[in-house]
Amino acid sequence: MGLDNSITKPYVRTEMVPQKAPPPGTVGPRKWLWDNVFASMLNFTTVGNAITSILMIVLTFGVIFLAWWVAAVLLKFGWQDAIFTGTDGSYCRPEDNKGKVPIGQNIGACWPFITHRFGQFMNGFYPEPERWRIYLTYIIGAPLIAGLLIPSIPRKGLNSILLFVAYPIIATILLSGGNMEIAGSTYIFWAVVFAAILITLFAVEKLTDSKGLFAAGGKVVIAVAIAMFAILFLLDFDFGLEFVETSRWGGLMLTLVIGLVGIVVSLPLGIILALGRRSQMPVVRLASTIFIEVWRGVPLITVLFMSSVMLPLFFAEGVSFDKLIRALIVVALFSSAYMAEVVRGGLQAIPKGQYEGAQALGLSFWQTTNLITMPQALKLVIPGIVNTFIGLFKDTTLVSIIGLYDFLGIQEAALQDTAWLAPTNQMTGFLFMAAVYFMFCFSMSRYSLYTERRLHTGHER
Amino acid sequence: MKKTLLALGLGTAMSVAAAAAATAGTLADVKAKGHVQCGVSQGLPGFSNADAKGNWAGLDVDICRGMAAAIFGDATKVKYTPLSSKERFTALQSGEIDVLSRNTTWTATRDTALGLNFAGVNYYDGQGFMVRKSLGVTSALQLGGAAVCTNTGTTTELNVADYFRANNMKFEVVAFEKSDEVVGAYDKGRCDVYTTDASGLYAQRLKLTNAKDHIVLPEIISKEPLGPVVRQGDDQWFNLVRWTLNAMINAEEMGITSANVESMLTSKNPAVLRLVGKEGSFGENLGVGNDWAYNIIKQVGNYGESFERNVGPKTPLGIARGVNALWSKGGIMYAPPIR
Amino acid sequence: MTTISDEPSGKVSLWYDPRVRSMVSQVILIGLIAWGFYALVTNTIHNLERLKIASGFDFLGTNAGFTLIQSLIEYDQTATYGRAFMVGLLNTFYVAIIGIVLATILGFLVGVARLSKNWVISRVATVYVEVLRNIPLLLQIIIWYKILLLLAPGKREFGNILGIGNFNITGLWTPKFIAQDGFWVTGIAIVIAIALAWMVARWASKRQQATGQQFPSFWAGLAIVIGLPLLVFFATGSPGIVEHPEFVSEGSMLRRGFKPGVGFVFIPEFLALLFALVLYTATFIAEIVRAGILAVDHGQTEAAGALGLRRGKILRLVVIPQAMRVIIPPLTSQYLNLTKNSSLAMAIGYPDVMGAGGIVLNQSGQAVEIIIMIMVVYLTFSLVTSVFMNWYNAKMSLVER
Repeated sequence: MGLDNSITKPYVRTEMVPQKAPPPGTVGPRKWLWDNVFASMLNFTTVGNAITSILMIVLTFGVIFLAWWVAAVLLKFGWQDAIFTGTDGSYCRPEDNKGKVPIGQNIGACWPFITHRFGQFMNGFYPEPERWRIYLTYIIGAPLIAGLLIPSIPRKGLNSILLFVAYPIIATILLSGGNMEIAGSTYIFWAVVFAAILITLFAVEKLTDSKGLFAAGGKVVIAVAIAMFAILFLLDFDFGLEFVETSRWGGLMLTLVIGLVGIVVSLPLGIILALGRRSQMPVVRLASTIFIEVWRGVPLITVLFMSSVMLPLFFAEGVSFDKLIRALIVVALFSSAYMAEVVRGGLQAIPKGQYEGAQALGLSFWQTTNLITMPQALKLVIPGIVNTFIGLFKDTTLVSIIGLYDFLGIQEAALQDTAWLAPTNQMTGFLFMAAVYFMFCFSMSRYSLYTERRLHTGHER
Repeated sequence: MKKTLLALGLGTAMSVAAAAAATAGTLADVKAKGHVQCGVSQGLPGFSNADAKGNWAGLDVDICRGMAAAIFGDATKVKYTPLSSKERFTALQSGEIDVLSRNTTWTATRDTALGLNFAGVNYYDGQGFMVRKSLGVTSALQLGGAAVCTNTGTTTELNVADYFRANNMKFEVVAFEKSDEVVGAYDKGRCDVYTTDASGLYAQRLKLTNAKDHIVLPEIISKEPLGPVVRQGDDQWFNLVRWTLNAMINAEEMGITSANVESMLTSKNPAVLRLVGKEGSFGENLGVGNDWAYNIIKQVGNYGESFERNVGPKTPLGIARGVNALWSKGGIMYAPPIR
Repeated sequence: MTTISDEPSGKVSLWYDPRVRSMVSQVILIGLIAWGFYALVTNTIHNLERLKIASGFDFLGTNAGFTLIQSLIEYDQTATYGRAFMVGLLNTFYVAIIGIVLATILGFLVGVARLSKNWVISRVATVYVEVLRNIPLLLQIIIWYKILLLLAPGKREFGNILGIGNFNITGLWTPKFIAQDGFWVTGIAIVIAIALAWMVARWASKRQQATGQQFPSFWAGLAIVIGLPLLVFFATGSPGIVEHPEFVSEGSMLRRGFKPGVGFVFIPEFLALLFALVLYTATFIAEIVRAGILAVDHGQTEAAGALGLRRGKILRLVVIPQAMRVIIPPLTSQYLNLTKNSSLAMAIGYPDVMGAGGIVLNQSGQAVEIIIMIMVVYLTFSLVTSVFMNWYNAKMSLVER
């Protein structure tokens, strides 16, 4: 081949060579399996790698076996040996227990125990003809919650007000029946309180020569007063609903009530506490810190216990608190202490320049907080907030220990029904509950992950 | 309740605190609010448990229903507060409930040091032992070295320790808060012995995978008189609770049942007439209507009926009357006469 | 020269003076808090008197009368309420300390496993984390206990776990070491060995900084900590015996099984609680560890790789030390959570401070006193942990200039 030949007649290919199949083992499931499973297991090049590989083999097959075993046990208990029909406990008791199952037969899950009491597990002892009120509460709440959670739905501000202010009032009236026979003295008491605040404001303005104080402060006070009296009036109004006392609330509905009240109360309270802990005022800072640390330092169950056993001793004679409300307060305060720490973490992550910039613009403390720092901080800590909610939701199981019939408690009560005494009811109930709790918590944690990704603006590798 | 819900919801607790102090007496309060607030257990088969519809039933529940019948002439005017064993006394002391009818053993400490009064006995219980047949044990005295499952925070736990110590036997107690855990642990073989009140043994036996493999030992190692409890210092209320129970026992003794109480109104027996309120003013003395006992029997039944309905041989529990039979029938149920 | 004044001209209204404002609001806050406390305390005292409930801590000296399934100190039914409480307190520490150690190890492993390249392992780690952290702990404790009782051999037989010990439904029985006279010398040797190992590590790191030469200080330290006490132990004539659990398979049914009091036993209630606490807390620790590792800038890993470090060394020397700063604060709260969550033990009858305290409360009726004691215990524990972890955190944090 001569050099000049290549110059005069350059070899240029005009068509593409057809693509060849990649060598076997570099694509497809085999490649994937090799890269993702076997590569770490079959590397015996050095002693260290060999040890790792053997460990990986043991671990991989160990976990596969474990998963298979768990599935097998669950299937046997929940399906193969399970009892699906029956009208009382005797269907799930062996014959010598005066039951309808032959001696020696394995008894798996007793599903009729669940189906028979499904309504009770969901709604507690709430009277059956009135249960539509619970369902209506769900129906009203679902779109509100969805509207807040789904980013593409507009009008988040209005939605929040509806969900966090209007919805709790509607739910309270629907679930309890409203018509709370509020004493006239309560109206008078609050009227006096608001009047006193207004007078104080007026006096302060005159005495300290602070122009505009009465006008500005008065507006807020009057707005609060109007809202307060509106709420009082609504709760007092007779909508013709039967009153259902809280001792009849129970089941999943009670769990949701406690969880949601905790969520609704703990977020604002947590923000206030977080601000308090970062406040310049030593007393406010100290009080917030002590509050947060004490609540975070003791187990929820101890505080619940205190609320159930000791709280009656704390108040003046004749004042008694509804057991549910006691639990609600405890749960809300408890989670707000945790929430405060989450929010504080977010505030700390805001660069100092943001505060300084805001100050340079002449913004007041509240303006800085509302417009500059808090929105950024909250956005940062959304996953933390959702995780606190998940924790709160799981913690609601503890109220069963103080005798509230939440989702766990109602089942424990059902186990004691004379008609339904049987060996496997408890385990059946536990499986059912574990599945339900998992469903709720898992979807919340997925949502948290989703927002985390959505808000993650950094670049990925 | 309504008041309290609001009080807290709106933060007016303190203002209410001032208004709602100073009470006249439990009976007057109960009449004013229109129902008896009754402390029951969170669920004890046959004594107080809620069915699938949420209706409470049981021997202990019947005391409260009887009281509502006596006061209002309507046994349904009861509201139940389910209480754990830890909460029960404070709940009563603090006035959260009017009467505690929660399989509570009458002991000297509870009667004297806690500011409480026991109004009577509605079930004579005693602590028994259940063991596996395969152990080959026939008497509790052969239980040396055994592991014992029981409920925590009850007199049972103390009794069993005393019993083993007195008989110089080694033992180990595994104590749980809830009966379901106790019976579950025993069933799986964590313990050799399951001890609780005999009535409880009958109920929990139904949760065993193979009840046939277990026997109840003959020894009853303690006296557990269970009864309703009220606060000290309100004699009128105390009397009402006590005589509600006594009326039910007397009714059984006289053969008055919910079925025949109507015809008893025209009985020739003066004792019967006194009970159903046709003679004398016993109800007025108690602060309620004279037909108080009539209402109790009509709506709740006599003690025997209550027993049969809730724990008797025809129920899954299948407990025989035993010492809880009337004194005239070989038991020790005995009520002072209404006279 | 003109002076620039901060003060605007004219008199400022007191109300708009931030100092006065903060003063007023603080005084109001103090007043409210003080009033609340006063009302609470007077009400409680009044109520206790009115209801004729005895108060004070004298009851702690009263005979308890009940037994506890596990006690690390001498305890039986003739002991006092105070001692019963003490037993519960030690049991809480016992399960919390072991639980914290195990949960940390498992949590780190799972956290790294979730980032593993092996698909099976990372998937399984993910499923484990997602399932277990989304089911309430109380439920898990009870379910684990049931499973443990179901799987364990009956009281009159036993199985063996990897030579660690024998187990059946009464628990996991392991040999117990009993120290005899003269063991104190070995005890001192342990202290000296730890001090020596620490000094070696200090010296090695100084030398590495000065000369760049490495010294296997970990292995050397391990050799010292294990070797020296062993040497001393044998030199002083082996002052200690190992007591093996004894299994009786003859005689009456009740006598069969492991002989009580011989050897060391982990009771099933403890094991189930430990299992549940460790498995539950480890899911959270795994997430923290994963987040911590991911938070380390990728450039760090790449730079370390460019320097020629192997994967293991990159993880150990570059990534983990930096990740620790992110990991430690949330890790602290997980430790505290584990400790507090151990109070759920009462559901399965493990006598921790809440469980034992609950029994004392129930038997003595002294609700106020007992609950105060329990709260003080947990508060102290969490404050001490917080202080320690803050110190550690300050030590580990990046020194910024």
